[in-house]
Amino acid sequence: MDNDTSPKVAAQATVDTSELIGRGNREGNRLFKEWYGRVSSGPERGEKAAYVFVMGSAAELLESFGFNLVLPEINGLQTAVRHVAEDYIDQAEGYGYATDVCGYVKADVGMQLRGGDHPMGRIPPPDLALQTNVCNTYIKWAEIWERLYHIPIVTLDIPGSRAGGRLPGRGHVDYENDLAYVRGQVDELIEVCEQVSGRRFDQDRLVEAMTHANSMTRAWVRVLDLNKARPAVFNAVTDGTVYLGVVNALRGRAEGADYFHDVVEELEYKAARGLGTPFEERHRLAFVGVPCYPIYRKFSEMFTQHGGIFVGSSYTWFASGGWSTGYEYDLSRPLDSLAEGLLVTGRAAMDTMFHVDRVLADMAEPYGIDGIVFHAIKSCRTVSSGLADSRRAVLEQTDVNALLIDSDHMDPRVVAEAGMRNRVDAFFEGLETRRLLAGARS
Amino acid sequence: MTYAAGVDVGSTQTKAVIIDERLHIAGRALIDTGSNVTFAAERAYELALRDGDIDEEKDGVGYVIGTGYGRFRVTFGDAQTTEISCHARGAVQMFPRTRTVLDMGGQDTKAIKVNERGEVLDFAMNDKCSAGTGRFLGAAASALELPLDDLGPTALRSDKPVRISTTCTVFAESEILAWLAKGKRDEDILLGVHQSVASRALGLLRRVGIEEEVTFTGGVARNVGMVNVVSDMLGFPVNCGEDSHFMGALGASLFAMDRIVAKHAPAGV
Repeated sequence: MDNDTSPKVAAQATVDTSELIGRGNREGNRLFKEWYGRVSSGPERGEKAAYVFVMGSAAELLESFGFNLVLPEINGLQTAVRHVAEDYIDQAEGYGYATDVCGYVKADVGMQLRGGDHPMGRIPPPDLALQTNVCNTYIKWAEIWERLYHIPIVTLDIPGSRAGGRLPGRGHVDYENDLAYVRGQVDELIEVCEQVSGRRFDQDRLVEAMTHANSMTRAWVRVLDLNKARPAVFNAVTDGTVYLGVVNALRGRAEGADYFHDVVEELEYKAARGLGTPFEERHRLAFVGVPCYPIYRKFSEMFTQHGGIFVGSSYTWFASGGWSTGYEYDLSRPLDSLAEGLLVTGRAAMDTMFHVDRVLADMAEPYGIDGIVFHAIKSCRTVSSGLADSRRAVLEQTDVNALLIDSDHMDPRVVAEAGMRNRVDAFFEGLETRRLLAGARS
Repeated sequence: MTYAAGVDVGSTQTKAVIIDERLHIAGRALIDTGSNVTFAAERAYELALRDGDIDEEKDGVGYVIGTGYGRFRVTFGDAQTTEISCHARGAVQMFPRTRTVLDMGGQDTKAIKVNERGEVLDFAMNDKCSAGTGRFLGAAASALELPLDDLGPTALRSDKPVRISTTCTVFAESEILAWLAKGKRDEDILLGVHQSVASRALGLLRRVGIEEEVTFTGGVARNVGMVNVVSDMLGFPVNCGEDSHFMGALGASLFAMDRIVAKHAPAGV
């Protein structure tokens, strides 16, 4: 390794000056600001806030009732990226939450204790909360709001099992029973939405939101597929986090669908011209886990300085539906299809978390992956448990190098940057060695 | 004569090795790192030059590589390489049949899987906790008021080791005091400490897969008690030499010599 550790800028990045390049990030950031602005000012217009999570939000249904969606996980990561998470976490710990409770939860509790004060604007308290069992913390988290605000909370119980993608499908008795079970819960959710919003359920509005969601889903699948290009057209950890944010925050809205139409246009433009990310691509990597937001830029640079580009990320995968990422609604039977979407994406997200090795094995060849980075996070055992086993399983199935690092997605107090950098540097030395050996063999 | 140097700035000690073109160690030095990392690197390098009776002006050292946590503070160095790659390279140079390396240092313990050329195939390290590293032994030495060099020989006198948990280095000290209060002998406590540290190391070794031969490197490799306990737990003897704790610096010097050779190789080679 040379003394120069700055990220190597790809030569081609300075050549093409089309305004298309980087538009996805610019527009994504603009849309986020707008979204936060709308959420913050919602109470002034008499609009209600529904707190939901990135997995199983039923955004289309809530959108049809006119709720403004609030995503506490995105609020949390914004505090970490803006280097204020520790203040919020400290406040929650002072209030009584233990050090090993999820950092997202504590950032949210800190924010609630401050009356919704957040770097992106004032976040209104919830009028309704909707969560699934996809993450076990969601349920206890929503109970905090129930206690604080005496609001109705609805838990959608999604039947799931750890089957490595081999879950029963349509026509199978288990599947049909599961679907009927979720369908019944959707009816109950509609009743609560009607009570809280004061509006009657409007199927046309639901279909409109689902139409936008379908459009977004088709584009999102295309976006993920486009990163098979060499060089990769986007970094799945940095750019991917912006895209994923829009997938979740603007699901069921026209601007979300339009945004992804534009992102596809940008990425197809780049792929057709062989344009990659701004950094030199020497190694194509997959990322497993949640990014290290407290040192987000430095974390990314630890990899780009060695020419490591993330072409895929389990985060963009399971947080958008796992094995069922491409699920599209059947608009002729909206409520049945909404229930089916919740079932197949929810159970697949759970399944994918525990069988990430199979996802990675499937991705390795088409995406040309030569290294995998597993990032375990201290305060979320749900996504971190078993990563060492997953790593071993991947190494048995594929011919790639794999790195396991450990920090946190929120709490800078448990991010040991020097140790992490040491492991990352050694990982790239191994990748370079492998490349030399492959060159010698050929 | 062409020389190459490796400077390994560890959390506890800084090591420097200078090798000649036959890859023999010409000079070596070991000092405490202290608080001034850059100074420690410079000082260790100067002492290694002196040890080998090498005149930097006249003989010249063609390339210097820094390694260890302080590798970026080896300001006079030409490049940096992680100690993971360096220990692997050094271990295979010293013990060519090495396929697994156990490096136990002041704050880190690493298990490294290597090929016959000393290239890293896989590695695993302790996470953000120094239990299972040299620091754990340091805590024991402090609690028992013994010099570090006495720990191993004392432990080997025991035939009734106590059980020490590896939850936390800081807590280890109070646990040792509790055993002393119960009247346990120093050697029994120390053997328990060694076994406790070794069990963590074995967990890391299993993560990368234990393949013979295993070579023990790093500062703790100087501890005869730990070498014995690790060998016992593995069921076969580990490689360990008198220069084992210089392995990182040796590996760095070998990488440095590679650069010199590559620079002088004819075009196309």
